[in-house]
Amino acid sequence: MKILEIIFSTSFGYAILRVTTPILFAALGAVISDKAGVINIALEGIMLMAALWGVIISAFTHSAWWGLVAAIVSGVLMSFILAYFSLNLKTDVILAGIALNLFSSGGTIFILYLVAHDKGISSSLKSEVLPQMTLPLVNKIPVIGPIFSGHNILTYIALLAVILVYVLLYRTPLGLRIRAVGENPDAADSVGIGVNKIRYIALLLSGILASFGGAYLSMGYVSWFSTNMTAGRGFIALAAEAMGKGTPLGTFFASLLFGFAGALANNLQSLRIPSEFIQMIPYIVTIIGLVIYSSSQVSRIKKVKEQ
Amino acid sequence: MHREVLFEIVRTAVAILISLFVVFLIVFLVSSQPTEALSKFLIGPLSKVRYFSNVLELSIPLIFNGLAISIMFQAKQFNIGAEGAFFMGAVAATVVGITMNLPRIIHLPFAIIAGSFIGGILLFIPAILKSKWNASELVSSLMLNYILYYFGIFIINYYLRDVNAGYMVSYPLNSSVLLPKLMVGTRLHYGIFIAIAMIIIMYYFLYRTKWGYAIRMTGLNEKFAEYVGINVKKVILYAQIIGGIIAGMGGAVELLGMYTRFEWQKLPGYGWDGIIVAILARNNPLLVPVAAFFLSYIRIGADLMARMTDVPSEVVSVIQALVIMLIAAESFMAKWRHTMVVKRAKEEFYVNNGGSLQ
Repeated sequence: MKILEIIFSTSFGYAILRVTTPILFAALGAVISDKAGVINIALEGIMLMAALWGVIISAFTHSAWWGLVAAIVSGVLMSFILAYFSLNLKTDVILAGIALNLFSSGGTIFILYLVAHDKGISSSLKSEVLPQMTLPLVNKIPVIGPIFSGHNILTYIALLAVILVYVLLYRTPLGLRIRAVGENPDAADSVGIGVNKIRYIALLLSGILASFGGAYLSMGYVSWFSTNMTAGRGFIALAAEAMGKGTPLGTFFASLLFGFAGALANNLQSLRIPSEFIQMIPYIVTIIGLVIYSSSQVSRIKKVKEQ
Repeated sequence: MHREVLFEIVRTAVAILISLFVVFLIVFLVSSQPTEALSKFLIGPLSKVRYFSNVLELSIPLIFNGLAISIMFQAKQFNIGAEGAFFMGAVAATVVGITMNLPRIIHLPFAIIAGSFIGGILLFIPAILKSKWNASELVSSLMLNYILYYFGIFIINYYLRDVNAGYMVSYPLNSSVLLPKLMVGTRLHYGIFIAIAMIIIMYYFLYRTKWGYAIRMTGLNEKFAEYVGINVKKVILYAQIIGGIIAGMGGAVELLGMYTRFEWQKLPGYGWDGIIVAILARNNPLLVPVAAFFLSYIRIGADLMARMTDVPSEVVSVIQALVIMLIAAESFMAKWRHTMVVKRAKEEFYVNNGGSLQ
């Protein structure tokens, strides 16, 4: 019954939010690009690149904030490349995303070696960490306080981003255009919406969100960069977006589920289960979640057809 | 038809040249000995028999994964699980190679078949999830890779780990299961013939059989394929199972040809390389060895460059990414193709109308 003890502790609640943060950022990025009708497979690579640049620039400027800025710039650049190739040169967006991911996983090692003379970890760089925030008043509340207070500032920005993405998509003219372009590009085009322009904007926004996630990984979750440290979070984010039916709130809850699985994996290391099995948990949960979601979609379509 | 082929060749060449040019720029920017580095990169693999043999050795796993991905991409199934299937194929061959004692003539084929079998079963998972519940094979196969990695490492670490070896490896494989070397002094092994055989079989399968035709039709237009009576769900299933079989076989062959113990501590990444190979080869089995050779050549060249100069070998990731993106880009050089088509049409028009436009 040690598992229950772990799950029902406030530190576990804290851990869920901590693990959810990077997935949530990337998943919100997936929401925006998906709403515009382009699948952003490159989230993984964008996160990884952002994580690296955050560390490098924060080490050289001695400022975590400049690191964050650099991370975002790198994310914008990566998604610009993705957008240019998929929208202007008509490269299949999945293949372009795969190419960018491959570029990131090799390119980050290349850059890391040039800057830190190491191919594995950035420990020779004195990089900075974004600050943690204690929420006034909230931190005094029992149970809630220890779970919600004292997180990295990016965790709060991620939670805020859920609302911002919702407002953007459903309460602004740009959001309306994004959704129109995703639902029917030809119809959107016929009423004078520049389809490519909107998709460019959506991909750039999606890249910015993913780079927040990457910056969090190397400047919050841990305080260094290591090769392939994203470990599939960009892909898990895609699954979270699918499970969340593409809505910001649904995606938030799906991300929490994966955060839960991840936190469980981190916390069960002390139990006498082979660690390999525990590390599988988030990925297994992702597949199960994906199947449940997809099969519910299939049966819904069937019902509609029968009527 | 002829012009289409010419166009694709020129386009591929231009894509490769552009990527190489970008890499030259990067090398000149970061290196203190750029000409030295570039000559090692470009002609290093040709400078010694051993280096050239390295290129051929590395081509073998790239061919297997390139074939596996090609067949799945032909059916428009973005299954990325070749990586995990390849890894588990090697694990299965390790289990057979260590735990069993058989005469070579049975042991070796059995180990390879075991690897293929496991690979096929594993990629059946994303396939069935797709055909039954319409779950994206892309996401599920990506997740599967991580699961298989941990599972494989678990088997090696808990059951087959040689604690006396001093580092994380399995017990040595029985010598009766190892693929013999082709040339003394190199690691080039008989697996290359298995790879060549698979190329021919896969070409024949895809272009000369009913099942292969069904795969290609499903990939071209799923709705049309369904309309003309092809069982698309079945095609989706078997295309991915065959992909898994080839990837698993590749893992077994790689392990039995190149190693005497299981030594991988992380996923070797050949599944991803298979995607590059498949795109370069336009999913055509006969072009897969050419693409695999190219990728292998620049990899070995980059390794030599990294060993002898100050440029890290990961610079090839730039070439890989650019080549994929440019070749997959429909509009890349489309204007040139357009003018070519128009010119040809005009020529024909002239010939047919006795040389005048009236």
